[in-house]
Amino acid sequence: MSEVILQATHIKKYFHDPVTVPVLNDLSLSVNKGEFVSVVGKSGCGKSTLLYVLSTMDTDYEGELWIEQERVTGQKEKQLARIRNEKIGFVFQFHYLLNEFSVLKNVMLPGLKLNKYSAEEIEHRAMERLKMLYIDDLALKGANQLSGGQKQRVAIARALINDPAIIMGDEPTGNLDKKNGQIVFDIFKELATHYHQTLLIVTHDPEFAENTNRIIEMEDGRVIRH
Amino acid sequence: MNYRLIVNIAISLLKARWRQTLVAAIGVTFSITMFIALLSFMTGLNGLLDSLILNRTSHVRIYNDIKPAKHQPVTLVPGNKAAHNFIHSVKSASGRLEIYNSAAILDLLHHDGRVLGVAPKIIAPVFFNAGTIDITGVVNGIDVQAESSLFHFNDYIVAGNALDLKNVPNSIILGKGVAEKLLAELGDVVQVTTSQGEMMPLKVVGYFQSGLQDFDKVQCYTSINTAQKLLGKPNNYLTDIQIKLHDLNGAPAVAREYGGLFQADTEDIQTANSQFETGSFIRTLISYSVGITLLIVAGFGIYNILNMMIYEKMDAIAIMKATGFSGTDVNRIFIVIALSIGLAGGSVGLILGYILSVVINHIPFKTAALPTISTFPVNYNPVFYVIATVFSLVTTYLAGFFPARKASRVDPVVIIRGK
Repeated sequence: MSEVILQATHIKKYFHDPVTVPVLNDLSLSVNKGEFVSVVGKSGCGKSTLLYVLSTMDTDYEGELWIEQERVTGQKEKQLARIRNEKIGFVFQFHYLLNEFSVLKNVMLPGLKLNKYSAEEIEHRAMERLKMLYIDDLALKGANQLSGGQKQRVAIARALINDPAIIMGDEPTGNLDKKNGQIVFDIFKELATHYHQTLLIVTHDPEFAENTNRIIEMEDGRVIRH
Repeated sequence: MNYRLIVNIAISLLKARWRQTLVAAIGVTFSITMFIALLSFMTGLNGLLDSLILNRTSHVRIYNDIKPAKHQPVTLVPGNKAAHNFIHSVKSASGRLEIYNSAAILDLLHHDGRVLGVAPKIIAPVFFNAGTIDITGVVNGIDVQAESSLFHFNDYIVAGNALDLKNVPNSIILGKGVAEKLLAELGDVVQVTTSQGEMMPLKVVGYFQSGLQDFDKVQCYTSINTAQKLLGKPNNYLTDIQIKLHDLNGAPAVAREYGGLFQADTEDIQTANSQFETGSFIRTLISYSVGITLLIVAGFGIYNILNMMIYEKMDAIAIMKATGFSGTDVNRIFIVIALSIGLAGGSVGLILGYILSVVINHIPFKTAALPTISTFPVNYNPVFYVIATVFSLVTTYLAGFFPARKASRVDPVVIIRGK
């Protein structure tokens, strides 16, 4: 069995507003290195909530979370920020690029924050990733000058800048048309097969899920198939 | 901590909202400009008003007052110690107004390290005879050079030359008001009668105008020698010794010491002019409170703009947090934004404040009360610039503090989920 990247055990989470409702119900799962996993389920089954817990942004849960054998549960805000910076790449449904910056700078920002390489090197690495996604010609454009599909590809490049242990996506194709959705899926697929990148993608597109290595299906805060 | 990155992001956010940034910075600029101009101008005026009094007032004055003896003979009799004294008709003796042993006192004062300068003086009430009427006045016998160097006597001579008092025998400088009453031109001779009935013709060599009308209607100046001649006194006769000290605040102590040492009455400037110190304190207080209010208003401007910016940038904050920026980083970014608005607006404000002060200093300001002044006075004290700089940074920091804290507490999940 290959290396476990992400392990969650007995995760429970409640929403307290307006009344206390369980969202995640004693949920356990693990993701191995190089896996391309999709999480599917009906609206409101808790799959996005699960993703925010796994991404360390949401700390209000019971249970334990480990990323690359590092216990994440109970860490301080600053530590969590560092873990997100270093080990997790994000792709959201809405592209969430910073409009104040150019495409290149958007991709570079998490790398500059990590401060592991010099600025020149980070720029070089950012260009490499843009080339890999065939959008290097957009590097100097403003983030708000791009189309939806282009923005999503920039977001993927940004997610890749620090060579994360895992890329998480919250319906990354949900806001795209068929063609762009396919392009984004192909990129993920290529990342998984050629670069052995671990991916955990929440989606409600059955076609997208069918083509991943493994499907985790959720219902009412539980995993019913994986 | 990667400060370059934080500053970089802060600048990009500022550039994206440069119009709002400009408005906030102009608010700071305006308040700093007004703060500096206001304080420079107000303290300039204060200094002017103070110097109206300070320039002409000695720090310590030694004189002999007319007053009854402190220890009346009746109380000196040992048997009367316990008795009740009912003598009501005690009068002041016609004691001498002159300072005893004045030459020795002057010599001692010249050697006292605390003393900046000494100006002896004779004060004598006189009548000016003009046709059928007599006008009361006061002749001050002065040492022109000492008076000029210590009390800016020269500044108040509006016609003629102060040094003529010394060079022309039997000369007098008339107060402007006295001169008008006497219709005396330069070079005329006026008749002066002392209270003892001595009469003497004196030649008018100048006019004196202090700016205080009542003062100018009675005060006239002659040399000490002329005053001694007028009064028929020997040349060691002095009624006043005016002393300027190096340290104004030491005046009360020095006055007490000299009073005991020379067996004379002494008066210090603080006692003689207690009201003017209160006045200048209040005026300074008012200018500071207006200036600081301006800065606080500018601070609220920055607070508003930062708050708005944070609401607009919620998405950006959320994404920065999601990609690994901590709350502290976000906090610093917004503090840097606030401080750079303060710094940029403030430094332009300092320059404009200086320019405005210079402009005010060149506005013509002529008034009969202040013959030596031709433009508005301005005090270019660097302390105001330091206060303005410090205060602009402190207010902008505080204005940025709460919005920055709010930004640092933004929960990315709420923002991303809420989209």
